[in-house]
Amino acid sequence: MANDPISQFQIKNIVPIEIGGLDLSFTNSSLFMVATVGVAAGFLFMTTANRGLVPSRLQSISEMSYEFVASMLRDGAGSQGMRFFPMVFSLFMFVLVANLLGMFPYFFTVTSHLIITFALAMLVIGTVVVYGFWKHGLHFLQLFVPSGVPGVLLPLVVMIEVISFLSRPISLSVRLFANMLAGHITLKVFAGFVVSLGSLGALGVGTAILPLVMTVALTGLEFLVAFLQAYVFAVLTCMYLNDALHPGH
Amino acid sequence: MFVVTTAYAQSNPTEGTNSETGALEGGAPASGVFPPFDSSTFASQLLWLAITFGLFYLLMSRVIVPRIGGILEHRRDRIAQDLDEANRLKEEADNAIAAYEQELADARKKASAIAETAREKAKAAAEAERASTEAELGAKMAEAEKSIAAIKTKALADVDTIAEDAATDVVKHLLGGSVTKAEVAAAIRAASGK
Repeated sequence: MANDPISQFQIKNIVPIEIGGLDLSFTNSSLFMVATVGVAAGFLFMTTANRGLVPSRLQSISEMSYEFVASMLRDGAGSQGMRFFPMVFSLFMFVLVANLLGMFPYFFTVTSHLIITFALAMLVIGTVVVYGFWKHGLHFLQLFVPSGVPGVLLPLVVMIEVISFLSRPISLSVRLFANMLAGHITLKVFAGFVVSLGSLGALGVGTAILPLVMTVALTGLEFLVAFLQAYVFAVLTCMYLNDALHPGH
Repeated sequence: MFVVTTAYAQSNPTEGTNSETGALEGGAPASGVFPPFDSSTFASQLLWLAITFGLFYLLMSRVIVPRIGGILEHRRDRIAQDLDEANRLKEEADNAIAAYEQELADARKKASAIAETAREKAKAAAEAERASTEAELGAKMAEAEKSIAAIKTKALADVDTIAEDAATDVVKHLLGGSVTKAEVAAAIRAASGK
């Protein structure tokens, strides 16, 4: 098991629940979703409980994440975009904390499952589509018709725009999922080399230093990726929301 | 992409332990499907994601976001207020400095005015004293000149009398006769060309 880089993504039932033939069990994935929400909400709640005028260190972290997302949203979607702030902030914090929790050994990485990232991406795109049509009606479809394009090229351009819009939820979800999956597999593979080489005697132990160094370096990289992917997810969310707010390019 | 066979959808959790790398190769059916593409777990994951993320969203939008927003707002207001207060105090200090400078300039002007008047007064007093002294001296001089003139006149008047007496005596001694005073006086007057 130690050398199997895939078993870490295995979903295991903790409390089996089955309703109408659907397996709705509380699994290790569910457990870490609960943990993610608990850690993120608990941290934000506890650190801001004092409402300090001069923030403590931990309160600064909460305030910084708030202002980080707020400036991201304001830059990406303008000040009107601030109505989506709770959603973007929730997405960013959820993905960030889920990614970071996944960095603990033996912890399950919620975001390493495509269905989760796809659901989050569909939440974003769904919000864009629903809000776009609700706010602008059919004018929302102008999104697919860039202004100033010659009539001959228009069908082609509209087709490209539609395809790029439809591929957004896929690219948004696959990017996060693939990054987390690949990173954890790579880490596990290199860590596995350390164990297998270490069991080969003195020479093996000497050589095992190389994958060990690699594992340490990759761990640092994975922390960066964990943050970066949460950031990218939130930034793209802001950009897509901008389309819902201002569909005419 | 989603190569998921429902036969293996019921993968039991321990199956993964038997596989080495089989699952890597596109979900080889020998040990179940690649876990992220195992559709049997989708329903449970979606349900729990909806529950947990929904709860998280509610917590964020109802509690955390208003709270942090409030903290930041309060701080921004407080800083703006403090800056205003600082500006007000600075203005006050500037005014005080200006008033002080003004007063200092006034005092300086007044002092120089006082010095000027004092100088003027002293000069005038000295001038007046000089004038009065000069006048006094002039008066004294004039008086002296007058008395000198009187003395001179008197002396000159006496010269004739003395000359008459002397001439009478000389004539008496030399000629033995006697001459009247009137003759002598006439003679002297004739001699002195009067």
